[in-house]
Amino acid sequence: MAQPLIEEQAPETVAATTPGMLRLLLSNRVAVVAGAVVVGFAAVALLAPALAPHDPTDQHPEAIRAAPFWHAAADGRFLLGTDHLGRDLLSRIIYGARVSILLGVVVVLLTLVMGTGLGMLAGYFRGWPDAVLSRIADTLLAFPFLIFALAIMAATGPNLVALVAALAFKGWVDFFRVARGDVLAAREADYVTAARGLGASTPHIIFREILPNIVPPLIVLSTLRMATIIIAEASLSFLGIGVPPSIPAWGTMVADGRGDIAGAWWIATLPGLAILALVLAVNLFGEGLRDALDPHMRN
Amino acid sequence: MLQLIPVLAGVSFVVFLTMHLTPGDPVEHMLGQAGRVTQEQIAELRAHYGLDQPLIVQYGVFLEHAARGDFGPSYSHLGRPVREVVAERLPATFELALFAFVLALALALPMGIIASLRPQGAFDRTATVGALLGISMPGFWLGIVLMIIFGLRLHWLPISGRIDLGLAPPPSTGLNTLDALLAANGPALWSALKHLILPGAAMAAPMAAMVMRMMRSSMIGVLGQDYIQFARAKGLPERTVVGKHALRNALIPTVNIVALQTGLLLSGNMIIETVFQYPGIGKLAVDAIAAADYPLVQAVVLIYALSYVMLNLAADILHAALDPRIRSPRSAG
Amino acid sequence: MAQPLLEVRELHTYFSTYRGPLRAVDGVSFAVARGETVALVGESGCGKSVTALSIMRLVRRPGRIARGEVLFDGEDLLRKPEADMRRLRGGRMAMVFQDPLSTLNPTFQVGSQIAESLRVHGVAAGARAWQLSAELLEAMGIPAARQRLRNYPHELSGGMRQRVMMAIAVSCEPELLIADEPTTALDVTLQAQIMDQLARIKEQRRLAVLLITHDLGLVSEFAQRAVVMYAGQVVEQARCGDLLAGPLHPYTQGLLRCVPRLDRPGVEIAPIEGMVPDLVALPTGCRFAPRCRQVMDRCRVEMPASRPGGDGRMVRCHLYDGDADTIGGAS
Repeated sequence: MAQPLIEEQAPETVAATTPGMLRLLLSNRVAVVAGAVVVGFAAVALLAPALAPHDPTDQHPEAIRAAPFWHAAADGRFLLGTDHLGRDLLSRIIYGARVSILLGVVVVLLTLVMGTGLGMLAGYFRGWPDAVLSRIADTLLAFPFLIFALAIMAATGPNLVALVAALAFKGWVDFFRVARGDVLAAREADYVTAARGLGASTPHIIFREILPNIVPPLIVLSTLRMATIIIAEASLSFLGIGVPPSIPAWGTMVADGRGDIAGAWWIATLPGLAILALVLAVNLFGEGLRDALDPHMRN
Repeated sequence: MLQLIPVLAGVSFVVFLTMHLTPGDPVEHMLGQAGRVTQEQIAELRAHYGLDQPLIVQYGVFLEHAARGDFGPSYSHLGRPVREVVAERLPATFELALFAFVLALALALPMGIIASLRPQGAFDRTATVGALLGISMPGFWLGIVLMIIFGLRLHWLPISGRIDLGLAPPPSTGLNTLDALLAANGPALWSALKHLILPGAAMAAPMAAMVMRMMRSSMIGVLGQDYIQFARAKGLPERTVVGKHALRNALIPTVNIVALQTGLLLSGNMIIETVFQYPGIGKLAVDAIAAADYPLVQAVVLIYALSYVMLNLAADILHAALDPRIRSPRSAG
Repeated sequence: MAQPLLEVRELHTYFSTYRGPLRAVDGVSFAVARGETVALVGESGCGKSVTALSIMRLVRRPGRIARGEVLFDGEDLLRKPEADMRRLRGGRMAMVFQDPLSTLNPTFQVGSQIAESLRVHGVAAGARAWQLSAELLEAMGIPAARQRLRNYPHELSGGMRQRVMMAIAVSCEPELLIADEPTTALDVTLQAQIMDQLARIKEQRRLAVLLITHDLGLVSEFAQRAVVMYAGQVVEQARCGDLLAGPLHPYTQGLLRCVPRLDRPGVEIAPIEGMVPDLVALPTGCRFAPRCRQVMDRCRVEMPASRPGGDGRMVRCHLYDGDADTIGGAS
C-alpha cells in the first residue's frame, strides 16, 4: 500500500558501520545530553576529593540538619544542608557518586563477560551444557533478586565483594539469553558456514566471526543493565545491607533521612534525586544507543 | 509449565543453602534476650530444632515438611509456627500487590493505546517521558517522596499501616477492602483504600512504565499492519478498528511483559512494605533475614517464587487464548 | 453516454517527507463505467496503489489528497463527510488487497470477519450473518464452507484466503470492486483460479472492476480498458485491444517489449534502461525522458499534456503533439 511506496523513495539507509552509527547517535540530541550527564557524573566521582567542599564523614555538631541554600535559615557553608549528624550533604552526594558508578561499572562488566561467555557456549554447542545453563537461568529468573541479595548480605555482613556478587548473580541472565539467542541464529548464518568451509577452527568462528556481530545489542543491554544495577545497589544500601555504612552511598543517605521526613526532608530526598538523575541519564543514553545501533529495534 | 517443580526446588535449595552457610546463629538470636545461657542449653535447643544434623538431612526434613505446608517454628517469633505467622500477613501483601497490579494496568494500558494513536504527538511524548521517569526512580525513594508530599505536607493520605484503628471490618477474606464491601461498611472501605494508595502507587510505577511502553510499541506495530487497513476498507468505524482488531493483536506480546514485570512487582514489594511499615510478608521477610530466621525466610521465598511461576502460567494461558496461531500451527499451505 | 460509475479528475496525492513533498499521484484522471473492467497498469512505485487508496479515502498521515475530484455515481467523494464514506466502504465500493495472509486479522475466525462486514452494513446479524457468510464462501468455490468459517487465516491455504477476502469484498453487493494486485502473492495455477472467480463474480453481479496490476497478461485477459501510469501520472489510456496491438507511448511500448511472447520466438526481450525518477525531486519536463528511446530536446524541458484521441484513447507524449489524427482511431 502506501508504505512500500515511501520506502522506495527513502534516502540511502545509514550504513551499518561505526562512523555511520556514530553519526546517527550524535544526531540524537537527547542521547547526547544524557551521555554528557553520565560523563559528568563520572567526572564528579573521579574528582570527588577536589570538588567536595567538606569531608563527607566530618560531623559538624553545631550545624545539624542545616537547611539547603534556598531556605532563609540556610548555613552558607553547606549548600545542600546537612544531615542528622551534621555532615555536609553536598559532599556526601558527590562522594556517593563514586560508589554508584564504580559498582555499576564493575558489576555490569562482570555480568557481561559471564553472561556472554556462557551464552555463547550454550548457543554454539547446545546439548546438555545448553540445557543445564538455560534451566539455571530460568530458575534464577523466578527469584525476586532482593531475597537472594538480602540473604547473602545478611550472611556476610557489609562486604563489598559480597555486594558485587549479590548484584551480579542474577544480572548475567539477561546477557546470557541475548548472547545465546544471537549465537543460535548466527551459527546457521551463511557467513559461519562459509568460514567453516574455509577450515576455520571453532574458537576462531566463535570469537572472530560471531562475536563482532552480536556486540551491538550487548552494548545496549549493558547500558540499560547499568541503570538497574545502580538502583539495586541503592535499594540494598537503603535496607542497610549494601555498602558498609562508613562509605557514603546514596541509598544509605536516603535511609538516614527517613526519620526526618517531617522536618528536614532534604536529607532523604536530595540523594534520591541524584540517583534519579544518573539513572535517567543512563537510560536515555542507552535508548539513544539502541536507536543508533539498530534502527530496526526502534519503536 | 512443569518447570514449576524443579524451579521451586531449585529456589528453595539455594535459599536453604545460603541461610545455613551464614555465620548468624538462629539459636543465639532466639536466646539473645534471655540473658545468660549455658552451652548445654544452647546445644539442647539446637538439637530440639534439628540444627545439629548434617545439612542434607536438614534439607530433606525441610522438603518433607514443606510438602505438607509445615515450615516449622519461626525463630524470631517465639517458636510460633511459620505457617501461622505467614498466614497472618499474607492477605495484606496479597491485597497490596493486587491493588498495585490493577492500578498499574489501569494506567498503563489506556495510556499506551492513546500514545500509539499519534506517535511523537504531545500525549505520546509526555507519556514516554513519564515512563522513563518511572523506570529510573528507585522505588524506596518514590515511596518516601509520596509520603512527604501526600502524607506530611498535604495530609491527604496516611503513610503507614493498613487501616485506621478501630475501623477494621470483620475479617472473612482477610482483604480489608473486600471485607469492608461485604459488610457494607463505607468508612472502613475508604480507610482501607486510603492506606493502599501510596504504597500501591510506589509499587506500581515501574511496572506501569514498562507495560505502557510495551503496549505503545506493540500497538504502533500492529496499526501499521495490512489487516488494519483492510478493516478500514470494510467500512468499520475507527474505534472498532483500534479497539477490536488492533488491540487483540497488540495485547499478545504485552501479556508476556506483564507477567515478567509482575515478578519485579514482587521484588519491590519487600522494599515498599519496609518503607511504609506495611504489615505484609515483605516486611516480614526483611526482618526475618536480619534475625536469621531460616524457616520464615524460606517460606516467604517459596511464596514469591510460587506466585511468579503461577503468573507466568496464567500469562501462557492468556497468550494462547489471544493468539490462535499458537493453538493450531498451520495446517494448510 | 451514460454517466460513468467512477470518475477520477486531476487527482493529486502527496506525502510529506523530511526531504519535501513526495508527489505520489500527480494529476491522474480516468473513468470507469458500470460493469466495466479497467486496469491500472504500471511498475511498482508508479502510484497506482496510492490512487486506489485515494479513491477509497484511505490515505493517512503523512499522505494527504491535495487536489482533485473523485466522482462516484456523480458525487464527489473528497467532499463527503467521513461517516458517509464509511458507509460506502465495504458497501457500494469494496477493495481487495494483495497479500491475503497479512490482510486478514490473524486472531479472528474468518467467519466472524465476513459476518462483521454484513453486520456493519446492516445486511444481516447473528446467526443469519453466519449463514450468509457460509453461502458467500460456497459461491467463491470453497467446499465445506460451514466448517471453514471457524478456521483462522493461518489455517487456510493462500488461495482460500484470497477467496475469503473476495467474499468479504462482495458481501454487501458493491457496485465497484478495486482489486489491488489480487494475484501477485499467489502462484500461477492459483492466479488463474482466482481470476476466474473474479470474472464470475463480475458477471453475476455486474460489477465494475478497477484492476491494479503490473502483469500485462492479466490486463489482456480481463480488462476492457487500460490506464498506464508512470511516476504518478497517466501516460496512456486505451481499450486493451488497441493498446496491446499498437501502443503509442514509448513507456507502454517498452513495457510490451519486456513481455516474452510464445508466438514470437526470437524476438528479444528488452528491459527499459534507467530507473524511475525520485518522486520528491522530479525532473522538469517529461518524467520518462531520461529513459525514453524516442526522446527529443523538447521532452526534457516541457511536460507533455494529455491529448485525447478517438475511442477513449489518450496519450501524454510530445510525439503526438499537434495531430489529433495520429492518436487512436485507425490501428
